[in-house]
Amino acid sequence: MRDNIRTFDKGIILKMRTFIFFLMLIAGTGFFLFNQVFAGDPSGANTYSESIQGLKFSVNFAWTLLSAFLVFNMQAGFTFLGAGFVQKKNTLNYLSMSFIDFCIGALVFWLIGFGLMFGGSRLAPGLSLGNRFIGYSGFLLLGDSYDVSTAALWMFQIMFAATSCTIVTGAVAERFKFHAHIIYSIFLCAVLYPVFGHWMWGKGWLELLPFGAGARDFAGAGLVHGIGGLTAFIAAWMVGPRYGKYNPDGSSNVIHGHNLLYIVIGTLTLIFGWFGFNAGSTLAVTELRVSIIAVNTFLAAAAGAVTLLYLSFRITKKSDIIMTCNGALAGCVAITASGAYVPPWAAIIIGIIASLITRISLYSIETKLKIDDPVGAISVHGANGLWGLLSVGIFSDGTYGGVKGLIMGSGWQLLAQFISCITLVAWCFSAGFLFFFVLKRTFGLRVPVNIERSGIDIYEHGTSCYPGM
Amino acid sequence: MKKIEAIIRPEKFNIVRDALTELGYPGMTVTEVKGHGSQKGISEVWRGRRYRVDLLSKIKVEITVQDADVEKIVNTIINEAQTGSIGDGKIFVFNVENVYRIRTKESGDTAV
Amino acid sequence: MKFFTNKLKISAWLLFVTTGIFVLGTGIVYAGDPNGSQTYSDSIAGLKFSVNFIWTLLGAFLVFIMQAGFAFLGGFLRQKNMLSYMAHCFIDSTFGAMVFYFFGFGLMFGGSKLAPGLEDGNAWIGSDGFMLLGNSYDVQTIMFWLFQMVFATKTVSIIAGAVAERLKFGAYLIYSFLMCGLIYPIYGHWVWGGGWLSTIPFGAGVKDFAGCACVHTIGGVMAFVGAWALGPRKGKYNPDGSPNAIPGHNIAYMVIGTLILAFGWFGFNAGSTLAATDLRISVIAANTFIAAAAGATVMLFLTWGMTGYIDVPYLCNGALAGLVAITAPCAYVAPWASVVIGVIAALIMRGSIWLVEVKMKVDDPLGAVAVHAANGMWGMLAVGFFADGTYGGVSGLITGSGWQLLAQFIGTVVALAWAFAWGCGVFYIIRYHMGVRVSDLVEFEGIDIHVHGSPCYPVEEGLVSISGEVVEEQKEMDREQLTILEKAISNDATREKIYSEKLGRWVYALVKPSKKK
Repeated sequence: MRDNIRTFDKGIILKMRTFIFFLMLIAGTGFFLFNQVFAGDPSGANTYSESIQGLKFSVNFAWTLLSAFLVFNMQAGFTFLGAGFVQKKNTLNYLSMSFIDFCIGALVFWLIGFGLMFGGSRLAPGLSLGNRFIGYSGFLLLGDSYDVSTAALWMFQIMFAATSCTIVTGAVAERFKFHAHIIYSIFLCAVLYPVFGHWMWGKGWLELLPFGAGARDFAGAGLVHGIGGLTAFIAAWMVGPRYGKYNPDGSSNVIHGHNLLYIVIGTLTLIFGWFGFNAGSTLAVTELRVSIIAVNTFLAAAAGAVTLLYLSFRITKKSDIIMTCNGALAGCVAITASGAYVPPWAAIIIGIIASLITRISLYSIETKLKIDDPVGAISVHGANGLWGLLSVGIFSDGTYGGVKGLIMGSGWQLLAQFISCITLVAWCFSAGFLFFFVLKRTFGLRVPVNIERSGIDIYEHGTSCYPGM
Repeated sequence: MKKIEAIIRPEKFNIVRDALTELGYPGMTVTEVKGHGSQKGISEVWRGRRYRVDLLSKIKVEITVQDADVEKIVNTIINEAQTGSIGDGKIFVFNVENVYRIRTKESGDTAV
Repeated sequence: MKFFTNKLKISAWLLFVTTGIFVLGTGIVYAGDPNGSQTYSDSIAGLKFSVNFIWTLLGAFLVFIMQAGFAFLGGFLRQKNMLSYMAHCFIDSTFGAMVFYFFGFGLMFGGSKLAPGLEDGNAWIGSDGFMLLGNSYDVQTIMFWLFQMVFATKTVSIIAGAVAERLKFGAYLIYSFLMCGLIYPIYGHWVWGGGWLSTIPFGAGVKDFAGCACVHTIGGVMAFVGAWALGPRKGKYNPDGSPNAIPGHNIAYMVIGTLILAFGWFGFNAGSTLAATDLRISVIAANTFIAAAAGATVMLFLTWGMTGYIDVPYLCNGALAGLVAITAPCAYVAPWASVVIGVIAALIMRGSIWLVEVKMKVDDPLGAVAVHAANGMWGMLAVGFFADGTYGGVSGLITGSGWQLLAQFIGTVVALAWAFAWGCGVFYIIRYHMGVRVSDLVEFEGIDIHVHGSPCYPVEEGLVSISGEVVEEQKEMDREQLTILEKAISNDATREKIYSEKLGRWVYALVKPSKKK
């Protein structure tokens, strides 16, 4: 009987086979067209030399790559975190979504995204073609961009794209169709993230705004977390709340996660990775500001956690570990944009405000907007991504990168940050809405309701997460 | 109608079920239970200290059958679940007043 | 078991005595540079040392965390054997490290001259640098040792997955001793320690960048022989030879284990340059990631197309297969080639799981043979196919030269033969002397309670347990009852199974009541 239910998947499977063939085809074409043209420096022999300059390259490579590895470890953190937040019957579904989106994301980002995002930025060899709105060089790391410097940049950026993709997974967990998830992973890594990323980081129009130092997003609070969180908002809204989340009168029920241990370990693993995320975003350890960035990250996380611990204790008389974990993550997200520009005391204020924003938006999204977000991705990542962007304009003290905020008496930076916030919201909502609307009409976003009640694990994956228990 | 309630070793459960399915029975309810009889538990180790686990895992099988089938099923369970060591378990047989099948609202013997 | 414990006591004493003799005899003479003051200087050369130290050590730390990843993969085993598998992984990284310190490192890198104090050795075996004494008590040598030690312990962990749920703990100790002390180091010497394979006159010699043959093929083939010698778990195969699925207890652990393994793999591959001044590290890291992603993606669509389900354990195995296969070629190929390598690796993994499980009837609970052995060999050959000549002078078939492929082929065959011969020898000798398998009762009730004394997931405190010492006569009675039980369960294990037409599956044949009485 189950086979009958599943026949509608046939079409999509064929599509996916085509996708694989397409992938192999591209790889093959790339080989024949570009393999012999080595204009880049694929062995690093020309980039490195036995001099101060060469050593500078090598420490910066080591720093960037190790940070990229740490950011990769955030995938394990997200996996733990989300698995703890969902119900037992849907754990495996969440795990596989969060596992597969970085796999698919990596391939798509390699094929399309990286070229769109960094073409024209000239941050590394082979990224010369592009304008202020879109880039178009560096696809497939071929030709000129088959170069050690470009590969280091690619390695760091793909981890960010994958993170952005994984954030959405949390908000739509427990009811999303698996193939819809794959399609949006492709969309997010190929279009949504790279285009805005190009504006922000790839010498696009936002980065070159004539106000202040131009819009600044140091490690991607708006870019990575904002895009992830706001897309999650659209996706969770389009897919609708989980079965039984809201009563007929509109009041909401609590749906428990199944393992708090996973949530705490996930949060700790995420913070571990976040040091690579923020401090590594200098892409250079010769820029000694890295120490202050790491300190700021840690302080903001701690401030966020402590604030929500205190609040939850005041309100409910219980020390709520889940809120505490969310508070720490909120602090981390908010400091992501401003980590390099603000002094440590400001990091604490940013963290405190971030955790309050999380608390308020968790409440308002659940009870006022009636959008069901099992993991809290919209509040933690979306709302705080925007707050992080704005905080650059408020607390920057002008000691790094020439970014001066309100506390230095200049409002122009805040204006630039504000414009980038508006653009971010407009871009995510319009592109995200269009995409999910089309997806909903063609493939559908939700699993059938009987499947949702009995658990997606067995239906999609053939086994429960805890077989035989 | 009679209800047979057998408490057996978990490692014997598969064998017992195989034997019963071959024999034919209307249906069973299985529960994981803990308890002890004359077997006084086993000792385990926690960070170098021995301790005694005196309630052991067992499996409780409940089968409701026609009176005529009771002996056949009980004998099968005994034959299959026996090891000769302490802790093989027990079988209880109860009288059942009535049985209803929810789907069709049948009752009595036909509902078993 | 008594006999074995005594042996252990003796060997522990022997280790102490040897250490003492070495320390008194040679250890006092510091000819190396144990505090680094001579290696480091405030100059370009000194700074170069320090960045390379950072890179190699952090790489080693990342590889160490792979042990946690391996331990998490135990979610694919049954609950009752989780602790035993984790103990195996833990023992590898501790006991194995000791053995590598005493014997392995000297055998592997003596004569390689890769670091100070590694002078003596020939093309077949090294004989210098034991116990990091004398000249090899040097900052560079010890950094190198740390990186190689974590590799050696990884090799042992690969086998733990294939022999899980039924191997005796003592047998595992002996086996990990031999693996870290002899089998891995000697083959490693041939490829990495300046041995005969690395100087073979075809292409650039056998090139195994981060250990496809040394680590994965050796480990995987030993795993195959181990699982084969042990025989399948109870209930894995029906009398007609068809396999049954034995589901694990926590797939979440499997996914998280795979992610942690992939995290550590970056250190494994990119760290293997042992130098951050070798800027190829960025291409290596990118290749590693792309191959893992390609492997997992292929398995996603393959399982989806074939069964209609997204089979998560296969996704994880696909990613691991890609990672294993890219281990040797990661430094020599371009990113497009790593996609191809990852895709083929996943297909090979799927094929060899079927081959091992259905055709050869070797029961491999974690798929170690398919993931590590088959893809280790594919990775070695992939160097010969896809190396593009931009790094280390290694040119494969795509640049029009077949010699490198020949060298890789020789290296692979030698690894296969070496591991297979040792595997057969070791496991059959252990089987003859002390037995490799736990008793049937232990296998039914789980190794955790019987060998490690406590289940991995202990039950609620008030419900089942009270503390207290066990009295002597109680122990006596326990032992007596245990013997009876063990005999009964062993009888069950050998019982005849018949095919039930009614149920469509294999069932235990009924015991005739008359026979019993």
